Amino acid sequence: MPNSTAEKVRPVQKDRPGSKVNSLQDEIDRLTERFGTERKALIPILQEIKKRHHIISGYAMQCVADRLSISPAEVYGVVSFYSFLHEEYQGRIVIRLCRTISCDMAGKDAIARQIQNDLGIKFGETTPDGKFSLEWANCVGMCDQGPAIIVNEQVFTHVTPEKVQEIITACVKMYERTPDLFKKGNHNEHKK
Amino acid sequence: MNIRNEVTFASIRPKDGLTAALGKDRDVVVEEVLRSGLKGRGGAGFPTGVKWKLAAEAKAEEKYIICNADEGEPGTFKDRVILAEWADLVFEGMTIAGYAIGAKSGIIYLRGEYGYLRQALEDKLALRRTEGLLGDDVMGKKGFSFDIHIHMGCGAYVCGEESALIESLEGKRGESRNRPPFPVSEGLFGCPTVVNNVETLAWVAAIFALGPDWFKHVGTEKSSGYKLLSISGDVAHPGVYEFPMGTKISAILKAAGAERPKAAVVGGASGILVPAKDFKRAICFEDVSTGGSIIVLSEDRDFLDILENFQEFFADESCGQCTICRLGNVKLLEGIRLLKEGRCTTKHLQELCTLGSSMRAASKCGLGQASPNMFLSILQHFKGEVLGRPQADDHFVNKRKAS
Ligand SMILES: Cc1cc2nc3c(=O)[nH]c(=O)nc-3n(C[C@H](O)[C@H](O)[C@H](O)COP(=O)(O)O)c2cc1C
Ligand code: SF4
Ligand code: FES
Repeated sequence: MPNSTAEKVRPVQKDRPGSKVNSLQDEIDRLTERFGTERKALIPILQEIKKRHHIISGYAMQCVADRLSISPAEVYGVVSFYSFLHEEYQGRIVIRLCRTISCDMAGKDAIARQIQNDLGIKFGETTPDGKFSLEWANCVGMCDQGPAIIVNEQVFTHVTPEKVQEIITACVKMYERTPDLFKKGNHNEHKK
Repeated sequence: MNIRNEVTFASIRPKDGLTAALGKDRDVVVEEVLRSGLKGRGGAGFPTGVKWKLAAEAKAEEKYIICNADEGEPGTFKDRVILAEWADLVFEGMTIAGYAIGAKSGIIYLRGEYGYLRQALEDKLALRRTEGLLGDDVMGKKGFSFDIHIHMGCGAYVCGEESALIESLEGKRGESRNRPPFPVSEGLFGCPTVVNNVETLAWVAAIFALGPDWFKHVGTEKSSGYKLLSISGDVAHPGVYEFPMGTKISAILKAAGAERPKAAVVGGASGILVPAKDFKRAICFEDVSTGGSIIVLSEDRDFLDILENFQEFFADESCGQCTICRLGNVKLLEGIRLLKEGRCTTKHLQELCTLGSSMRAASKCGLGQASPNMFLSILQHFKGEVLGRPQADDHFVNKRKAS
């Protein structure tokens, strides 16, 4: 699923002290220790970077390319191919609504409208505070219980418009319990 | 979990199949899979025994077993249920496959959307290692080592296609390969590789637990055994069902409580549309073949809405390597929108059908080849319903004519 062409909200780019650069390089070094430096390590490394930083910046791609001795264009080619890897910043909570046939027949359009209303963003966008991104998903394998939503790695089924706000609140609660997730400014760390 | 009838897997005791298989010679194991008549449950229906035999005969240092858990075909969810409920049977099937072809490592390619299943699977794998069901000398069998790792997919439907899946495992874009060579001779990292669907591997464990003849005697001449079906859409009881191969669509829809069905989409977006008059047809490889998806459409559904949804899916998921698949799917989508607006000429429709036939013939992988199926299928059965739709803005059309 190629990434949506809709304009994504980018966080403000700030100057970053040199130590941060090194911290990303160190982090990628640790990832190569874990996954190796062969080409097959590329996707697991990118998945980890995405999970931790919610973005795979040009700078991160360059570092990974250096470590795996491949061209940055190759890394970019991979990042742009997979819908779960992103070169753009995504919120800590990524809400994906299934738009495929069974969920469509079960009423996904009403859910789509209500989520957009309640988050104040459109599909393909991120809230200005960096908490939420809203994306479409293709069939997520919950067709018997649609409409279905996947929030990060959790799935919600039989969603109704009135449940949307409940789900959003539950997500905020759940992620507020997780350390670091909403730490201010964290998402700017690895922007070049 | 919406498991709606009795599923054989629930009655199989873990370890039975593996114990039985490891008690036999490797070639006997392959022979018994052949004898069972098991064919792939992922959609293509290739005989599993033949695939294994080719991989077993290939000479190589390394070989791989891949469990295809990318389940992305719209309307399919039975692999999710198998992985949640009976994962040990899948692990056993992989281990048996590893023993049969001489592979030491197995990989589960789990779609990213099923990330929530991962931890439970890792825990089960860890337990199997401590119980000696994975690792060196599996179940005390000297010289047979096998382990299984999980690789997460990243949200690309085409990666369910086996050669694209292999590319993805190698750290590349999920773009399908030219064949031959087939994965059984040159697959992952150029080594002989068996790619099997989740359900296929679980059936392997069941076949060794209950015997190949038990399996062979269920189903039809060319389609042995049972099939798990994922049923959704306009039915009272959506969920996973097990039926013997050869069961009539009408019987399946009755069991699921279909509500005034007008047609059923069998095989997902890549499948075909079966109109109500053909419900006497049967689910099996020699009649209506499916990876497991059945979506029921009631009389209230508009085929053009359904078609537009499927076509958006393909336009979105095409990997873009072949021009005909990349652009053809966009053209078909535009055509469907013209039909919806009541502005498609019969001549243009004819051109779109020709385009669809070319896509079938000229696309490199199954995605492009199957992508016009639903379009052609709906036009074949319900052309009258899609032509001559009212135009939302007649004024606009008149203005265009004038200019
Ligand atoms: C576009 C496309 C998507 C596919 N997706 C899947 C899938 O999600 N799961 C699967 O098992 N097979 C899928 N297949 C079929 C695989 O290529 C392959 O035939 C199958 O995994 C072989 O296993 P089997 O023989 O056990 O069915 C797909 C094929 C195509 C062309
Ligand atoms: S047919 Fe489509 S999906 Fe398959 S290789 Fe060609 S462009 Fe990619
Ligand atoms: S169609 Fe939405 S989960 Fe399958």
